[in-house]
Amino acid sequence: MQEFEYIRADDAASAVALVSGDPRAQYLAGGTTQVDLMLKDGVLEPERLVDITRLPLREITRDGDVLRVGALATMEELAADITVAQRLPFVREALLAGASTQLRNMATIGGNVLQRTRCRYFRDPAVAACNKRLPRSGCAAISGAARMHAILGANEHCIALHASDLCVPLVALDAVAHIQGPGAHRSVPLTEFYIVPGDRPDLENVLRHGELVTAIDIPLPPLGTRSGYLKVRDRASYEFALTSAAVALEISDGTIARARVALGGVGTIPWRAPEAEAVLRGARAGATVFRAAADAAIHDAFTVPGTAFKVELAKRTLVRILETVTGGSG
Amino acid sequence: MAATNGRPGHQRPAFTQVDLTLSVNGSSRRLRLDSRVTLLDALRDELGLTGTKKGCNQGACGACTVLADGKRVLSCLTLAAQCDGREVTTIEGLSRDDGLHPVQDAFIRHDGFQCGFCTPGQIMSAVALLAEGRAGSDAEISEFMSGNICRCGAYPNIVAAIREAAGRNAGI
Repeated sequence: MQEFEYIRADDAASAVALVSGDPRAQYLAGGTTQVDLMLKDGVLEPERLVDITRLPLREITRDGDVLRVGALATMEELAADITVAQRLPFVREALLAGASTQLRNMATIGGNVLQRTRCRYFRDPAVAACNKRLPRSGCAAISGAARMHAILGANEHCIALHASDLCVPLVALDAVAHIQGPGAHRSVPLTEFYIVPGDRPDLENVLRHGELVTAIDIPLPPLGTRSGYLKVRDRASYEFALTSAAVALEISDGTIARARVALGGVGTIPWRAPEAEAVLRGARAGATVFRAAADAAIHDAFTVPGTAFKVELAKRTLVRILETVTGGSG
Repeated sequence: MAATNGRPGHQRPAFTQVDLTLSVNGSSRRLRLDSRVTLLDALRDELGLTGTKKGCNQGACGACTVLADGKRVLSCLTLAAQCDGREVTTIEGLSRDDGLHPVQDAFIRHDGFQCGFCTPGQIMSAVALLAEGRAGSDAEISEFMSGNICRCGAYPNIVAAIREAAGRNAGI
């Protein structure tokens, strides 16, 4: 295990200065991915860890129709927020479907958004072939034991999964990341934040080294919006998704005026499904249109024998949550 | 430990020790530790508090569950340095002058264990679960205890113990 210097940051500006000025420095927040991949797996080898957990970035505040979530709010804290309970029920469902209470007390919202897209071969340095760990070294997962892997946004270079539950409703809602850099602040919608692997699976998002996510803005959908998150997994709790789906529907007189749809457990990034939204928009809720939306959502899937089942499972997951959210009137 | 990180001419970081005050079960200790030391290893190896168990040591089993500022966390994925000035409670800190904590009593009465290795983590998690108000039904207990794995399969008795500690008699 690599030795490292531990520094506790007093303010965001000095934290950003410390990390941007040192290519071997990384941030430390809840640590549930960072410490795991670093100490346990030896995959990450920072030589300086800048602990940001005591920065004042923990508040959850409502400003009109936007909920601003400090990057250091924990998953449990966001799940307990009254606005989330009342206006964003599927965000709460996704939060509580993820990990365990212990991990949710540690894991921050910023860290959840920034969790590594990963797979068991990435986590194991004894495996030589991993384009994410070592560019152009190959991909052991393609011909290996694949199950908890991606089928959308995946290719022969990488099939590692973005395993977040929370990010699925967040991309559906067009949440926005606020980013502090050494020079300036910028904002990036999460739908433009993540990068599909292409031939560079080591690049997972648009952040430059040293940039710090300080908050996530979640736009509140209109009152009366019906939403739901369904997670399908190998055991009932404390397990990653095989497939999941987040939907938010604005329904007027039985007609879907607006649909937001995103999928989890299947993408190299949290997967927004605009094609499904287009099918649903203006349609009357019903079994036929739900299946058509699901067929539209899953296209150009890249499967290996271990993940081929996910094509149909993801479609059925989406149909099921659409039925649930519309009251089973299907 | 790779002092050179495998890169020729590469120097190891200059400061790899960290000074901290660890407050555990009401008493404080000043420590100087390697920055890599986890809270779990600090508890067991530095403070001699071996009640907290090292199971998977990678955040998958819950055996290392302790309370940090009253919230249940995994000590195996927490750096000791991050706990500087925080209040940590371990299984050794639960008992009171007049005997065991009610959750400990309930685990004994309901035989909520077999080999016992996961038990300290189960009990710490259960104590937190009761404080969180998540013992409303057996299903709720099962869901919010799911971060604690018991390979002996003592789950029914664990749920029964927590149900009793929560003051409910029958399963729902």
